[in-house]
Amino acid sequence: MFGFIIRRTLLVIPTFLAIAFLTFVAIRLVPGDPIEVRTGERGISAARLAEFRHELGLDQPVWKQFLDYLWQIGHGDLGTSISTHAPVLQEFLTLFPATIELALCAMIFAVVLGIPAGVIAATRRGTFIDYSVMGVALTGFSMPIFWWGLLLILLFSVQLDLTPVSGRIDLLYYFDPVTGFMLIDSLLSGQDGAFLSALSHLILPTIVLGTIPLATIARMTRSTMLEVLGEDYVRTARAKGLSPFRVVGIHALRNALIPVVTVIGLQVGTLMAGAVLTEYIFSWPGIGTWLIESIQRRDYPVLQGGILLISGIVILINILVDVLYGVLNPRIRHGR
Amino acid sequence: MAADKAPAVNAAGPAVKPPPGAFAAFFRDFSENRAALVGLILLGVLVFIAVFANFLAPYGPSEQFRDFVRVPPMWAEGGTSAFPLGTDEVGRDMLSRLMYGARLSLFIGIAVVIASMFAGIALGLVAAFAPGWPSIIIMRAMDVILSVPSLLLAIVIVAIIGPSLTNTIVAITIVYLPNYVRLVRASALSEKSRDYVIAARVAGAGTLRIMFLTVLPNCMAPIIVQAALTISNAILEAAALGFLGLGAQPPSPEWGAMLASAREFLQSASWIVTEPGLAILITVLSINLVGDGLRDALDPKMRRS
Repeated sequence: MFGFIIRRTLLVIPTFLAIAFLTFVAIRLVPGDPIEVRTGERGISAARLAEFRHELGLDQPVWKQFLDYLWQIGHGDLGTSISTHAPVLQEFLTLFPATIELALCAMIFAVVLGIPAGVIAATRRGTFIDYSVMGVALTGFSMPIFWWGLLLILLFSVQLDLTPVSGRIDLLYYFDPVTGFMLIDSLLSGQDGAFLSALSHLILPTIVLGTIPLATIARMTRSTMLEVLGEDYVRTARAKGLSPFRVVGIHALRNALIPVVTVIGLQVGTLMAGAVLTEYIFSWPGIGTWLIESIQRRDYPVLQGGILLISGIVILINILVDVLYGVLNPRIRHGR
Repeated sequence: MAADKAPAVNAAGPAVKPPPGAFAAFFRDFSENRAALVGLILLGVLVFIAVFANFLAPYGPSEQFRDFVRVPPMWAEGGTSAFPLGTDEVGRDMLSRLMYGARLSLFIGIAVVIASMFAGIALGLVAAFAPGWPSIIIMRAMDVILSVPSLLLAIVIVAIIGPSLTNTIVAITIVYLPNYVRLVRASALSEKSRDYVIAARVAGAGTLRIMFLTVLPNCMAPIIVQAALTISNAILEAAALGFLGLGAQPPSPEWGAMLASAREFLQSASWIVTEPGLAILITVLSINLVGDGLRDALDPKMRRS
């Protein structure tokens, strides 16, 4: 098992280096000069320009810049944002909890609703319930989530005035971040109503971001559940006279969940991509909004560092899923 | 020549009904799935609208009626039958724009599928038939593409090459390439060691012939299913890019771009927002219904019965 984890981790290093190289090269190809963006449209003197270029290291040969970049990454330095002058890693770490909080809530929402929905559809196969659940799931799977977000805002925020339109918490409340997770921090602050405010800000973004994973998990659970329900050991369990709840919930579900775990792991990429759109719609101060803004400002280091960090996280989670898969299903581990 | 063939037909015996052809059997399986059939009909209507948009649409996609700005749909109060789905913020007919938008969205979907499928088949077959460094380079490159979340990768590519419809297609093609490469490589590898391939090689077939004429046709079923999935995802991602202002640019009637410019009218003229999104949803849903049907019909393991 340990060797498996080591091997799996070592395989990732070239991939990670390649991503660093590609983002580095690609960012150089972006039209528009970061200095022009920074200084605005006013002309600046050649001497000042050279000074700026030297300051940003843009006067070095490209290969040297790349080696310097790798050296910095190795020391945990992902560069400094051209527009805010804050270290990229620090900005990322400040904003990342907001994205994680949203993504975690969305994933919990998707798993808590998706797995039972899939199980119910599978056990009631061919009935009206099955068709309705699967119809809703396919609709969710086909949903343009940015539009879904606007629709929910229109219904719940504009017409019913139930939930706020944007942000993480009402402006009335202020407290210093402790964990970065607004739900926890608002509880720790002890201010009346802060937790409810944070919760109400989270509801719509959670639904929007969780919709596609929810649909995917429900569909996957149904199909693996159907496969497992046809197995001999399930028939044996039934023949032993176990209650249907025990047969489905314990015997069948445990094995049906193995492929579902992989799908949940694969959804992490979908979540990160969806977070960009969701954060954009709800002005959620997370990584997605940060990256979109960095593109608009041609902030090279932010875009580079952001993509690198996100890919790194996606890769790490995929390793974790592989390992978890090996724990759940020993055949995978020994098969290698 | 005709005389030579006639006895052969008789020998087969007129009493025995020939088994249904591959296509007939496929269609029988496919049409058993009523949802897939509904999807196919919906998709047919959408394709018809897209192809004949210039005949069907009452107005041009950019034609402005300055006296009819933000007219609600005909069923709502204040609506007129001259603009059945209402007009947008600068007085353009929504119905006409949506019809021309169907053309753009389906074109994006099909262009992405064709480009990523052909490139994916070529790279996947090379990776399967040329073990060693070509295979390693191709597969590592695909790993790199896969480790960046799809929409983020598309956003970065578009940010580099500039926002436009063509670049949207290029970006999404790159994003979906690894799916095909992996799929083709995996199925080609499992077909490669089969007896019929060895027989073809013994009979003197060259590697290219074996790759494209012997092995590829037997790998097509999963590729076709993947293609259906790609079309719907490509349409969604193109719309998302348009919505973020990184895809097709206004005044193009691309559905995502229409949504982007309509955001501020969410309260005052909600139809400008609801209609393009509904169009995206219906299109993607109908393609996914067809895709599910294709998968059930082509992959016996996943079959419902």
